[in-house]
Amino acid sequence: MLADTVLFYIFALMVLGGGVLTITRRSAVHGAVALIVSLLGVAGLYVLQQAEFLFVVQIVLYVGGIMVLFLFVIMLVNLDLAAHQRQFNRQWMVALAAVAAAAVEIGYFIWRGKSGFQIAQLGGPAAPASSMGNTEVLADALFSEYLLPFELVSVLLLVAVVGSVIMAKKRI
Amino acid sequence: MYPVTTIHYLALSAALLLIGTVGVLTRRNIVVILMSIELILNAVNINLVAFSHAFRAVNGQIFAIFVITDAVAEAAVGLGILIALFRNKETVLADEVDLLKW
Repeated sequence: MLADTVLFYIFALMVLGGGVLTITRRSAVHGAVALIVSLLGVAGLYVLQQAEFLFVVQIVLYVGGIMVLFLFVIMLVNLDLAAHQRQFNRQWMVALAAVAAAAVEIGYFIWRGKSGFQIAQLGGPAAPASSMGNTEVLADALFSEYLLPFELVSVLLLVAVVGSVIMAKKRI
Repeated sequence: MYPVTTIHYLALSAALLLIGTVGVLTRRNIVVILMSIELILNAVNINLVAFSHAFRAVNGQIFAIFVITDAVAEAAVGLGILIALFRNKETVLADEVDLLKW
């Protein structure tokens, strides 16, 4: 239990520190590296919550796929000019005030609803299905109960592939 | 503080969501804005998996898979648009794209 708590705070530090560095770094490459740290922290949180399949998906898809795509695009477009200019837009003060108001609101709701969630002790023993692993349980639900959304997502991916190819073409 | 409960994960995910929102609203670089959107989607995923674990149900993780798929599609199309924009206007700063401004 103690190891779980310590690991949770380490991963939480990775997630939040990486997130803050992502949005404050001047160079987009540094921001992307900080974002990788943040995504790895999220993957660690999945392991703590016994979502092993999502842990693998997070690393393969986010760190191995999306972030490589981001780094390719950062190399492709010329960001040297943008790095020497102003990094924040003119309405940043209004934006910070709005986010602070939202933070107060969310914090209040979490503080009020705190007692309702104390029952669920995370990191406890009981797994959802004793005989089956996490991947099997997920596949079972995905290919029976959620079959229609699964097929619709494949159409969404097809649309995204065609759309991104058309967007990146020289002449349409 | 000692036993980590669902509320810890909810607070963490809310903090990450707010960090991502700050990034989207204040940065000028479009690449950083797209990365902030990834932060927001990850905050949603933390929330979904935390509830999935708390209720001993697998539905939250299924939804997290759908959210990840959505993030992939969004990143691909967004970066395609960014490349097209850079080819036409030679800028990656969001507030220099003001064709619709009065």
